[in-house]
Amino acid sequence: MSLLSVRDLTVKFAMRDQTVTALNGISFDLAKGERLGIVGESGAGKSITGFSLMNLLSRPGYIDTGKILFEGEDVVQMNDKRLRNLRGNRMAMIFQDPMVTLNPVLTIGQQMIETLMAHRKLSHEEARQIAIVKLREVYIPSPEERLEQYPHELSGGMRQRIIIAIALLLDPQLIIADEPTTALDVTIQADIMELMLELCQSNQVGLILITHDLGVVSQMTERTLVMYAGRIIEAGRTREIINDPQHPYTQGLINALPQQTLPGQRLKQIPGNMPGLASIPAGCAFNPRCKYATDLCRSRVPEIVHYGEVEVACHEVQRLNSDEDRQEARA
Amino acid sequence: MSTETLNPKSEPSRWSKIWNSNMGYSFRRNPVAVVSMIVFLLIAIASFLAPVIAPYDPYDPAQIDIMNSEYPPAWVSGSLPEFVLGTDDQGRDLWSTILYGTRLSLLIGICAVALQAFLGISIGLIAGYVGGRLDSLLMRLADIQLSFSTLMVAIIFLAVTQAMFGTDTFNKYAVVFLIAVIGVAEWPQYARTVRATVLAEKKKEYVDSARVLGFGPMRIMVRHILPNSLSPIFVISTVQVANAIISEASLSFLGLGMPPSQPSLGSLISSGFDYIFSGSWWITAIPGVVLVVLVLVINLLGDWMRDVLNPKLYKG
Repeated sequence: MSLLSVRDLTVKFAMRDQTVTALNGISFDLAKGERLGIVGESGAGKSITGFSLMNLLSRPGYIDTGKILFEGEDVVQMNDKRLRNLRGNRMAMIFQDPMVTLNPVLTIGQQMIETLMAHRKLSHEEARQIAIVKLREVYIPSPEERLEQYPHELSGGMRQRIIIAIALLLDPQLIIADEPTTALDVTIQADIMELMLELCQSNQVGLILITHDLGVVSQMTERTLVMYAGRIIEAGRTREIINDPQHPYTQGLINALPQQTLPGQRLKQIPGNMPGLASIPAGCAFNPRCKYATDLCRSRVPEIVHYGEVEVACHEVQRLNSDEDRQEARA
Repeated sequence: MSTETLNPKSEPSRWSKIWNSNMGYSFRRNPVAVVSMIVFLLIAIASFLAPVIAPYDPYDPAQIDIMNSEYPPAWVSGSLPEFVLGTDDQGRDLWSTILYGTRLSLLIGICAVALQAFLGISIGLIAGYVGGRLDSLLMRLADIQLSFSTLMVAIIFLAVTQAMFGTDTFNKYAVVFLIAVIGVAEWPQYARTVRATVLAEKKKEYVDSARVLGFGPMRIMVRHILPNSLSPIFVISTVQVANAIISEASLSFLGLGMPPSQPSLGSLISSGFDYIFSGSWWITAIPGVVLVVLVLVINLLGDWMRDVLNPKLYKG
């Protein structure tokens, strides 16, 4: 049985005069200890997906339909008490900016010990010992002293390590990391990613990595979902998606990487912007930006189909590939 | 061997932490704050030590002799050396009476503010955190409360209780009634301030991360949001203590507060008011000066605190 299984998840936001759909029929599975990346442009619904998995959406957002089965239990149907037991304890989340995620007026020790004691029957001293062990695991030097310090006394990388340590405190089954390194500089980014990879592998923790950095996804994850305008448009093994993307949007994303451009050339960006949630075009949401779009694309939403090694939601995927093959053959 | 030598890097004491903090530094750099603090501490300590310091007990009728009434202060001719600040119309030593009166005023001020703070902070926290209809309801209640002036509410309430319980019972529990009415009348100040801060704080990510860690709403409100909203609470608390002292003095002056047998500063000023034109100015003037100085230093301290705690107001 998979650890997490999301079925037809639809999330809506009730605005004053209309209701917009932020997630439209998302389905995916995550096996125990598996690492999954969710990529897409800003506003594609990546973070909303992360929040919904914990049933943490606040007004005006709400889960309209769908199931989120975590270890066989439906998160959507859980009452507050069960949810509190789930959050932090079995599922943890790491946010983007370590500068603002820790409570500025409590010491590191207070925050860690409080978390432990809220979920487990432990004495203060036992909780402290666990906190020290976890800080060691994330390579914090002299953890006993760090426990007495306030967040503002620590650097960004150090804080993100502590946040990871807090996420791991209660040995959760799944960690949702929402752009965990976007606010850090590049060298620390690599450290943190390596640390997370190591911890997930050694503790058999599942990871959902939400990011727009394809490089990070390719290093960290086994499988990848590509999202666009609230839908999954391509899903499959990370290696396949990076090396041989099928959906024109994924291709565009990969071609837009600066590494794909020769010196002196312009970056190959995807023309246009992602549509706002209130004005998603009919048919395939990507059609106005897609150079392969046909009348069918403009009228009908493509179904997810199995194509080669991956699953992809595109009407034209076959034609596109044969075109490419022809081009390659010509070259 | 003492533990000090065993542990060479001993923890700095709490006091030295406060002394070396930003607040301690700006306090030392600000002469107005230092002087205000010294004056306030002098008044506070003197009044709380009143039973020790005061030469007479103004509450003890056996020590009061009506023949001693209306002696002027020591520096005016016709005074008696044992009454440094003179005596009031009933022959009480004014110095002792002021000490006891200040004690009462401070006590009422601080307790009333504690009550306001308790009500206001709880209501503000809930309104800000829960939001929605409950928020609107509580804030409209606050608006209604604010649209009555404190004095009006207090006068009606105190007049009714005085009539209901009779003057004797009322006088016995006057302190409690005053604390209650001043406390209840001013809670919206706190509620509004706290709500505004909570609205700003609850959007911050540490609140999300507390929710993600599975904390309940009570814990998030009290342990996570409240400590982050304390600075404005400190600032209004000082101003509110000054306001409460003034309210108490006004009510006592109007005869609805402390009875003449247990005078606070306000009732002392009021009782001397009748004699001001017969030349006994000191019965009103000296407690009046004490009241003004007390309120002034509290307000100056509040000003300083607002400057320190609100970085947006830093002047260069």
